[in-house]
Amino acid sequence: MYPQELLYTKEHEWIRVDESIGTIGITDHAQKELGDIVFVELPRVGDQVTANESFGTVESVKAVSEIYSPITGEVTAINPRLQSTPELLNADPHGDAWLIRVRLTDRREIESLMTADDYEAYIKEKKGE
Amino acid sequence: MRYLPNSPADRAAMLEATGHQSVEELFRQIPAELKLQGRLNLPRPLSEPEILDFFRQAAKQSSRDYVSLLGAGAYSHYRPVAIDALLSRGEFFTAYTPYQAEIAQGTLQAMFEFQTLITQLAGMEVANASLYDGSTATTEAVLMALRISRRDRVVVARTVHPEYRQVLQTYVRHQGVEVIEIAYSPSGQLDRAQLEAALKQDTAAVVVQSPNFFGSLEPVREIAEIAHKNSALLVVTIAEPLSLGIVQPPSDADIVCGEAQSFGVPVAFGGPYVGFLASREKFVRQMPGRLIGQAQDTEGRRGFVLTLATREQHIRREKATSNICTNQSLCALAATIYLCLLGKRGLKALAEQNLAKAHYAARQLRAVPGTATPFVAPHFNEFVVRTPGDAEELLAALRNEKLIGGLNLGRFYPELANHLLVCVTEIVSKEAIDRMVEVYRRFAAATNSSGSAAEFHSASMGRNL
Amino acid sequence: MENRIRYARPHVTRNEDLIFERTSPGKSGVELPPLDVPVVPAEESLGREFFRPDIKGFPEVSELDVIRHFTRLSTWNYGVDTGLYPLGSCTMKYNPRVNEVVARLEGLATDHPYTPESLAQGCLRILHETARCLAEITGMDAVSLQPAAGAQGELTGILMIRACLAERGNPRQYILVPDSAHGTNPASVTISGYEVRNIKSNAQGCIDLAELDRALTDEVAGLMLTNPNTLGVFEVQIREIADLVHARGGLVYMDGANMNALVGIARPADFGVDVMHLNLHKTFTTPHGGGGPGSGPVAVKKFLEPFLPTPTVENAADGGYRLNFDRPKTIGRVRSFYGNFGMAVRALAYILANGYEGLRQTTEDAVLNANYVRKRLEDVFDLPYDAPSMHECVFSDKRQAARGVRTMDIAKRLIDYGFHPYTTAFPLIVSGALMIEPTESASKTELDEFVEALRSVAQEIEEDPQFVLKAPYTTRITRLDEATAARKPILRWKPA
Repeated sequence: MYPQELLYTKEHEWIRVDESIGTIGITDHAQKELGDIVFVELPRVGDQVTANESFGTVESVKAVSEIYSPITGEVTAINPRLQSTPELLNADPHGDAWLIRVRLTDRREIESLMTADDYEAYIKEKKGE
Repeated sequence: MRYLPNSPADRAAMLEATGHQSVEELFRQIPAELKLQGRLNLPRPLSEPEILDFFRQAAKQSSRDYVSLLGAGAYSHYRPVAIDALLSRGEFFTAYTPYQAEIAQGTLQAMFEFQTLITQLAGMEVANASLYDGSTATTEAVLMALRISRRDRVVVARTVHPEYRQVLQTYVRHQGVEVIEIAYSPSGQLDRAQLEAALKQDTAAVVVQSPNFFGSLEPVREIAEIAHKNSALLVVTIAEPLSLGIVQPPSDADIVCGEAQSFGVPVAFGGPYVGFLASREKFVRQMPGRLIGQAQDTEGRRGFVLTLATREQHIRREKATSNICTNQSLCALAATIYLCLLGKRGLKALAEQNLAKAHYAARQLRAVPGTATPFVAPHFNEFVVRTPGDAEELLAALRNEKLIGGLNLGRFYPELANHLLVCVTEIVSKEAIDRMVEVYRRFAAATNSSGSAAEFHSASMGRNL
Repeated sequence: MENRIRYARPHVTRNEDLIFERTSPGKSGVELPPLDVPVVPAEESLGREFFRPDIKGFPEVSELDVIRHFTRLSTWNYGVDTGLYPLGSCTMKYNPRVNEVVARLEGLATDHPYTPESLAQGCLRILHETARCLAEITGMDAVSLQPAAGAQGELTGILMIRACLAERGNPRQYILVPDSAHGTNPASVTISGYEVRNIKSNAQGCIDLAELDRALTDEVAGLMLTNPNTLGVFEVQIREIADLVHARGGLVYMDGANMNALVGIARPADFGVDVMHLNLHKTFTTPHGGGGPGSGPVAVKKFLEPFLPTPTVENAADGGYRLNFDRPKTIGRVRSFYGNFGMAVRALAYILANGYEGLRQTTEDAVLNANYVRKRLEDVFDLPYDAPSMHECVFSDKRQAARGVRTMDIAKRLIDYGFHPYTTAFPLIVSGALMIEPTESASKTELDEFVEALRSVAQEIEEDPQFVLKAPYTTRITRLDEATAARKPILRWKPA
């Protein structure tokens, strides 16, 4: 269900690491919780993001969610399609609707992240609460 | 108590259904020592005729038999009776905020029309569904400019309403924001040289009022150029928006805000009023207050709905663009109805009447010895008069003729003691204006019998218009 | 029905245009008296750069058009006049007609705020008397009517706390806010330059004393609470809570939104509250107007009186009233002039109509009505907290959610039964909340109808949840696509 090649955070973000670049997005669980996404606020290319700190927000009609970065580094790209088509996040949260790309500075930061199986277990546990 | 719809039998039946023996049991969780001991010291209950009488007595002790020349942020215009007829419909005035859109299309569509009318008048692209009043609208505009620019310094003209500036100070005092005030020049407008100098430092916004507190029109285009070339936003606040019937809107501004009380909202000793705020589409997500948007229902029909609510306090909580929860919906509705009744031609005609009345008064007053209108900038329905003697004594003399002659500017601008801010709207008759001028004339004569002959001579020479 | 109309649009009562779409050049709804002074050519007088020749797109309609347009619009609204309006914490009670008459009296509706005091004694008297009555009702020592709404009252109150503590040497940094609080609370805190610290409610939905104890450092300026809280439950430990905050040098702010449960029964001053605001548009019957104007006076204990917004309305030496601008410790102004005077008139009329007995009876009826509704629904809807309810009760949609139906869906179906919905999804500490405040303005008959309707919806959910999910069916429009409205906002009419 959740792509195996991605790593996951407790705040429902995912990251795909290709060499020194991490591509970050929100998970299917997150987009379901939010409902129809209407707006995304992202940093600018060149901005710095810090692990475990918010770098933007995702808005639905009735809710706003902060998005937290799993890693520290410089933003090298932001997804150009989300400005005009935020609903892409509902349709393809793990693929086309990636949010930002960041250059890694410390690989140790991704070591504590969850695998797809761990993440699925984590959400099941949360649902039970 | 006549407002309560239940009979003792109803109460007894409901009490029994809840399983309680007495009403006191419903309050049992309140510790005894915290309950009210004894009674409240309030007047005994009044019947409806007694209530009417109480307020009629209060209304007698008012200025209702006087003609008022007061403006200064609250304007006495004629209110067509259709406004109250429509506002009194219970579906309008007893409704809540339109969160359930399916049963609030009346309010929502009317507010959408209000937003549209404001953008048309102000020459802007979007407007919100109103704020509390002109002072808080101006403050919210500044906070918005601070958010957009991410700078922490604001430059405000001293010719912005003093109470607006006071409210701004209260709001920004604890937010690390610096507010610099800019003086006015002898023309009665913002001193542009001082503005240029002040903008040498990074500034979020320049705030001016037009017509300003003295009634003078500010050269918005030139001020906008100065602001923009220094990467500051321009906020223009308008306390008398009736002026927009014949005065160009400040389209070069980034945010236009102000007070819409002139549009069908009673002067009512200061409130409730209705602030407005308009800006460009690109800034819409930084706008405070309610926004009504157009939407489609499941059958494709057009409807209206509260939108972009994520900016607001009930969702963003501490990160909201403002803490505002209300708009002034019923007052905004009054303004909407008023503007629709007047329409394009009526608004223009009314503005022209205001212009004519004020200019007639100004001309007549200038002809009185010792009296001057020192600010030469163009004005709408308000202007400043230098009085031929002590302003307070003159005001007392005017009151004897059942006239409230204006606002003594010395109250807010110590350098302008013995200057009055005079407002003449369409409801002030020529007879009243002439009566006022006559009082000035008698007062000037009485005062000048102790003044210098040369001063008197030059004053009457210069006034030969 | 509508599908059968083929060759023209349905009559406008079903599909009203925007006023701009009914414009016809040359029409006007107002005729001005003839000008009695010489005409002044605007372009000449103002100069070309200032002269505006036209207002593009502005409507041109007749008085009849305006009357019909807005009358039709009004019929699409539901108001307190229409029926039960059980929104929680909004106190949608009857708006007495006499209030509207007195507010419109010449001399009250027409006086300018800068009218010389000698000629404004009537208006000043009303402000003074209203403030005195509100002080009496709350037990506090002084009241300012300047804040224009509850949220502004909150801001004013927190600013006064800051001024007071600053005078004592340290304004401190944080304000504690329960997680059940209304959104305006944390928003107001931020504007005052404080940081919000949330404290979790306990299992009864109330403030947890142990949590409070832990959170009360010496950098906490105060606690902002609502009592009864947003669940309609009285904070029974309020005295201990206040004592604890005071012991640590902090102050207690109370959000007075739920005063309809307390007037004539208990006074916040006796709980240890230092400053609070009232909502005249809730407890004191000033009309909601479709979203405003409101009025949010603040009431304070004596030691905070010097910090009130300026000016204050006081007794004058000659027995009349005066405005006092000599307030060296004031926090300043929060609004122009003196606040929403028109709302003070209405609130005073309400208080005068009731007196102590009437106000007390009103509170008792409000609490009885809420308890009656709770009793008659608690077998059908989940009750997350079983503490005694005061003037409102809060259910959750837990049972119905198992069938895929949430509180908002139940609310939409309730509309088909002719009622305005309750408050959905607030407070946030209850998942899928149904917050019901009938107020005293509901007869037993109406409450029975309301209860029957909700029970019927619950039954429908058991039998056919899909049907309920597509409600409402009987309104002029069905559910609106709010997502598209937010993605591509259309916020004004534009000519084609």
